Amino acid sequence: MNLRTGLWTAGLGLAAVIAASSAGAQTPKRGGTLTYMISADASPSFDGHRETTFATVHAVAPYYSVLIRVPPDNPASTTEFVCDLCTEMPKPTDGGKTYTFKIRQDVKWHDGSKLTAKDVLASWNKIVFPPQGITSARVSYYSMVEKIEAPDDATVVFRLKYPSAAFIPALADPFTWIYKKETLDKDPHWYEKNIMGSGPFKFVSYAIGQSIKGVRNPDYYHKGQPYLDAIEGIFAAKQSVRVDALRGDRAAVEFRGMPPSARDELVKEAGKDIVVQDSDWNCGNIITFNQKKKPFDDVRVRRALALAVDQWKGAPALSKIAIVRSVGGIVFPGSPLAATKEELQQMAGYWPDIEKARAEAKRLLKEAGAENLKFELTNRNVDQPYKFVGTWLIGEWKKIGVQVEQKVVPTGPWFQAMRGGTFDVVVDANCQSVVNPALDTGKYLPQKVYPESYGGYDDPKSIELYNKMLYETDPKAQRAAMRVYEKHTLDTMAHSIITPYWYRIVPVRSYVKGWKISPSHYLNQDLANIWLDR
Amino acid sequence: MYRYIVKRLLLAVPTLVGAAALVFVLMRLIPGDVCVIRLGSGGAHVDPASVEACRQQLGLNNPMIVQFLDFLWSYISLDFGTSMWSGHPVTEEIAARLPVSLQIALMATVIAVLIAIPLGTISALKENTWLDHVVRMVAIAGIATPSFWLGIMSLVLVLDITYLATGKAWMPPIDYVPFWQDPIRNLSIVMLPAITVGYRYSAVTMRMTRSAMLEVLREDYIRTARSKGLLEQIVVNRHALKNALLPVVTLIGIEFAFLIGGLVVTEQVFNLNGIGRLFVQAVQNQDNVLTQALVMLVVVIFVVTNLVVDLLYAWLDPRIRFS
Repeated sequence: MNLRTGLWTAGLGLAAVIAASSAGAQTPKRGGTLTYMISADASPSFDGHRETTFATVHAVAPYYSVLIRVPPDNPASTTEFVCDLCTEMPKPTDGGKTYTFKIRQDVKWHDGSKLTAKDVLASWNKIVFPPQGITSARVSYYSMVEKIEAPDDATVVFRLKYPSAAFIPALADPFTWIYKKETLDKDPHWYEKNIMGSGPFKFVSYAIGQSIKGVRNPDYYHKGQPYLDAIEGIFAAKQSVRVDALRGDRAAVEFRGMPPSARDELVKEAGKDIVVQDSDWNCGNIITFNQKKKPFDDVRVRRALALAVDQWKGAPALSKIAIVRSVGGIVFPGSPLAATKEELQQMAGYWPDIEKARAEAKRLLKEAGAENLKFELTNRNVDQPYKFVGTWLIGEWKKIGVQVEQKVVPTGPWFQAMRGGTFDVVVDANCQSVVNPALDTGKYLPQKVYPESYGGYDDPKSIELYNKMLYETDPKAQRAAMRVYEKHTLDTMAHSIITPYWYRIVPVRSYVKGWKISPSHYLNQDLANIWLDR
Repeated sequence: MYRYIVKRLLLAVPTLVGAAALVFVLMRLIPGDVCVIRLGSGGAHVDPASVEACRQQLGLNNPMIVQFLDFLWSYISLDFGTSMWSGHPVTEEIAARLPVSLQIALMATVIAVLIAIPLGTISALKENTWLDHVVRMVAIAGIATPSFWLGIMSLVLVLDITYLATGKAWMPPIDYVPFWQDPIRNLSIVMLPAITVGYRYSAVTMRMTRSAMLEVLREDYIRTARSKGLLEQIVVNRHALKNALLPVVTLIGIEFAFLIGGLVVTEQVFNLNGIGRLFVQAVQNQDNVLTQALVMLVVVIFVVTNLVVDLLYAWLDPRIRFS
């Protein structure tokens, strides 16, 4: 063998080794226990239909199945939905008012019995048409549903009152776990304190307020999954505990998200042992004016306060210290219905020339007789990002001569202030799971239509524009209708100021593979596709 | 003595009723309620009918007097209710957390006593020497240093030292196991928090011991004992220390009672699922039933601890008799 042949052979051999090792690194390994942190004290109950906190999802979602979901290998998609319990995503019939789902026949409950369409029906009836005495936190998401039927053990049919593009995203809500009909019939409250599902993991134990454990479901219908032998979720509300746990490898990940300072600390201390995934977050703080109080009933004052805020400079600066980043309108940035930068810049609060915007703001305040405006900004006593955003805004408003005092209150009084209308201006929040702009933007409607809208205003035009957008089924036309509704909300009437969208930063130990970040901390939490590369 | 104990326990009843009324009123002064926090804290839209149904279920719409009478009756009938937040019986919530707090409190007390009494005594005996100054500095540092900072620093130190020594950062486990299940794991979890709390506890006790000893050492009977030729060891241990311990025992008792429900920050820092952390959660969640139960528990602990301390007085000082 001469030198050239020898080198060529060695090169081929090396290429083969590299290819083999690359292929090996991509093939999920079975085994191991994933220990993860849950950044809360405890889940109030185990019933996903009843609760709204991520603590419930992070603790309990691995034990349950849903009908449809965001794709686990692409959870950042805002338009794609895939089957979990169904066999294929149905095309609507009857003018878009009927969806017929075929249910998999190979699904078993963790007690060994078979899951059928009757279980899916019973669960969805509990969510959409809760019986007396049963709390269903997301009933209003399904106001378009007229009836749900299960004509046989393999079929579930949703009949809608009207066609709606919001229906499928709402159906993929991560809290819509499927419960066993037989159990619900005996005791509809059973799932509040007990766990028995059909998901990738079987429930083992729960130490009150401390940890929750599960083991692999060997009968899981998505063959080959889950890869992990077991999971353990540990509750820890304090950030320093979670950061130290990741650093000391007592936990592999915390799925909600950490602020930039924690990310930087972990990357600095743990180096290559930590990888960071990040994403825009379908959550944001909204500034809501109490339009029942003067001078916030004057649109000129509201527009002035919106114009004063330099979103384009403020967002990158804030992103260094707070969990915010992207400037956006009422629709989650990046989704098909979201405004482009150019479209945003046509609206109050997004003008590219901030000096011009502030000059206009001062003019409007003078015209409205509110030149020396002083008011109180009510804020929630949560650092990230509420207090950062509140403090930033006060600085922005000071630049047009408006004096603002920030009043920080705990969660209970914060809610009470909003519900009771005892605030001037409040740092509100709009946090959703599945990106569903048609439903997510209902927040900006008058309170008589959307009870969690706290501005105290009536605006029939807003309702008309929203409904036009909601009932539109053509994507292009819907986008155009959304622009009109958004302009009316943020510019013409300046009902709210949308501050930069939250930004999700999730440091993960480098041996954790398979999990992909999504725009919501509620999504993609069944942990079925996670594996440990060690 | 038994009459004395019964009398003291009966006298605790008005204390308990007063505490119950106070916490009942205070909790209801806070705006908002557990239903709003539970169903709306994520910022997501919540159906108002769901909030109303939750309030109805928990009796929050009942008149105040009805709620108060329900509360009082539940305690008289020894049914302490269910947590408004989790729906678990209050006894279950507390029982899951009491062992952790008790263990930390006991260990911290033992550490504190083992450090404080010898050092406080030595400091008094060697008054105004370098040894006295060192001990006093250690005590002042213990009082001045916030325990949460000490806790965080101790964890960071452990992580840094293990990283430097082995190339891999190590920290104690963060999910508690009881001592009887796995003693080694249990001790590795509780040792750092017990030392952190015990240090501060010992600092206060050390100063009290020193102060009490100095006072006793100046008494005539100590001078008499020394002039009789007794060994200094006997003078200190048999004559001085026993008399000096009276105020120290009171302090140890009060601190121990405080530790059961007061280790809020330490439990947060070390992620210990104890009574202090539960207290904060209950107040933040506006879980009136659980908060009331925890307040009553702490009151009972204080009453019982004070009683035990008083009984210890009789053992320490035979002149004390209970009439």
